[in-house]
Amino acid sequence: MCAMPVRKEATLPLARYDKETLKFFYETMVKIRNFELTVEKFFFDGEIPGFVHLYIGEEATATGVMANLRKTDYIQSTHRGHGHTIAKGADLKHMMAELFGKSTGSCKGKGGSMHIADFSVGMLGANGIVGGGFTMATGAALAQKMQKTDGVAVAFFGDGASNRGTFHEAANMAAAWKLPVIFLCENNQWASTTPYRTTTSVDDIADRAQGYGMPGVIVDGNDVFAVYEAAKELIERARSGEGPAILECKTYRIKGHFVGDPEMYRTKEEVQKVLEETDPIPRFEAKVLKAKAMTKKELETIRTRVEKELAEALEFARTSPEPEVSALYEGLYV
Amino acid sequence: MKGSMCKAVDRMKTITFSQATLEAMQEEMARDERVFVMGEDIARQGGIFGQFKGLPAQFGTGRIMDTPISETAIVGACIGAALAGMRPVADMHFADFAGVCFDEIYNQMAKIYYMFGGQKPVSMVLRAPDGLVNQAAAQHSQSLEAFFCHIPGLKVVIPSNPADAKGLLKAAIRDDNPVIYFEHKALFSMKGEVPEEEYVTPIGKAKVVREGKDVTLVSYSMTMNLAVKAADMLEKEGISVELIDLRTISPIDKETILNSVAKTSRLAIAHEAVKQGGVGAEISAIVAEEAIDCLDAPIVRVGAPFTPVPFARPLEQAYRITPDKIAAAVRGMM
Repeated sequence: MCAMPVRKEATLPLARYDKETLKFFYETMVKIRNFELTVEKFFFDGEIPGFVHLYIGEEATATGVMANLRKTDYIQSTHRGHGHTIAKGADLKHMMAELFGKSTGSCKGKGGSMHIADFSVGMLGANGIVGGGFTMATGAALAQKMQKTDGVAVAFFGDGASNRGTFHEAANMAAAWKLPVIFLCENNQWASTTPYRTTTSVDDIADRAQGYGMPGVIVDGNDVFAVYEAAKELIERARSGEGPAILECKTYRIKGHFVGDPEMYRTKEEVQKVLEETDPIPRFEAKVLKAKAMTKKELETIRTRVEKELAEALEFARTSPEPEVSALYEGLYV
Repeated sequence: MKGSMCKAVDRMKTITFSQATLEAMQEEMARDERVFVMGEDIARQGGIFGQFKGLPAQFGTGRIMDTPISETAIVGACIGAALAGMRPVADMHFADFAGVCFDEIYNQMAKIYYMFGGQKPVSMVLRAPDGLVNQAAAQHSQSLEAFFCHIPGLKVVIPSNPADAKGLLKAAIRDDNPVIYFEHKALFSMKGEVPEEEYVTPIGKAKVVREGKDVTLVSYSMTMNLAVKAADMLEKEGISVELIDLRTISPIDKETILNSVAKTSRLAIAHEAVKQGGVGAEISAIVAEEAIDCLDAPIVRVGAPFTPVPFARPLEQAYRITPDKIAAAVRGMM
């Protein structure tokens, strides 16, 4: 199990996917994409403050992983956390309100984009510190084990975060104790503005799995089917007590590191080319239509439903009140 | 001793500080199965000061866990486990090692409750053996408590004797907030009277150890015991010292200090930590801001010089706070 990482592709015939799973894939990816485009617009309009990092182009990864998780499983997210939060099932209204800094936000306007969390769906928090989630996910998995559940925890992280010491301490502890945690690498090629390969010792982050005695798997992170199938195998393995694994999803960050990033480090043409060739949403549409697994009408119905939900979330966020100043001193201690 | 208890107690026993912390762990682990402890060398060895001896036999190595030498993973995993419903105790081995996992302490542990809008508190204790002992020198002798008092969201307790060591550790474990528990290494072998009956020492309450009328002398931890000796010396010279043991240094019990200063009109603070930026500076500022009219003399602080802890005997001796140094400082105020 602990040799060089394995590259996997989707192998399950589409006919083996039930309609609900396919709908979840499409609805979640479209929801994330449209949510992020809306956030970008309202950031530039000056209504959303702070630092915002968009997940556009990486939707298939969060979606494929989360289709395997239960509400009671935990995830630790990153500074690029909207996609994870949505895919884990968080309510869009409270998410959007949080980004607008409103009192009705999921964190009462205390967190914002980089510190969004929704414990009601097992989303234990985005993190403003790159690599901050590894050890906490490991601890959540330890708790699952101590509580004798078959729950798991997933630590999302980027290629850049794989160079933090926290990754290595958590990977060793999780493997030594056979904890049910999946280290889920979203290799989007960019560590902030630096191409990851110029500062990282390996081409594939999953190579590092063998150093910790755990399986490493690499998939096309823009193929929701490939992500789903690989995650399923590793998550079921963790649930059955066989320990952690690294799943590396190769993807690409379509937008800048943050909204407003001038992106001097790459060309518009490069980004456009990647988007045209690998955008997970058109790829999904083409695949399910060709196989007649879903109809155009079904896809359209989902898009309409997402637009409506998003419009409601936006309205809720924009019309919600900002926190009272007295809230500054509330909620520091229990 | 009775003043430190929640309720009046009659029967007392004499045990060491180390045994007192052990009893606290035993009682709290028996009381609440969510409580567990992890750290380096605590299960097989029983802790370097014997403070965990016997716990594995009583509760199993599933709840007393030897960890890898990974302070970051220890603290991070405890935070994650707390978020998933456990009540962990993390042992730092030496307080000095908290520098390794400072991100986990101040960016995660301290902030999660506030920045996520109160969704879940981080109910855990970080035990940190600190202070000078056995010429352990620069990286194994520090008193770092002031760092932690600067971080909103943490509580910091720091007992000076076995009775408070037990009562405060029990209170820390029961507290829903993250609590840093400093335990001075030179105190572990100290014997003292501890009630036979169960009790908890409230966090946030200082204790007037001895009433006096000429000067208020505030201290905590090991140095409190030196302050008592200094007060004995001064008493013989006709200087009546009111002694306050802070016990908790965040939040600071301002009321007890201000009431005492209103009575004595003089304030001295003594601690083993470096004087610059220490807890004494905060107390001085509180009294200067809120009660300067009460003062008949400038406030005096006794703390370590602004150097790392040196190794050689004469250097360490020069660095160390002594009853003579405290008494001399107080004499100078009269």
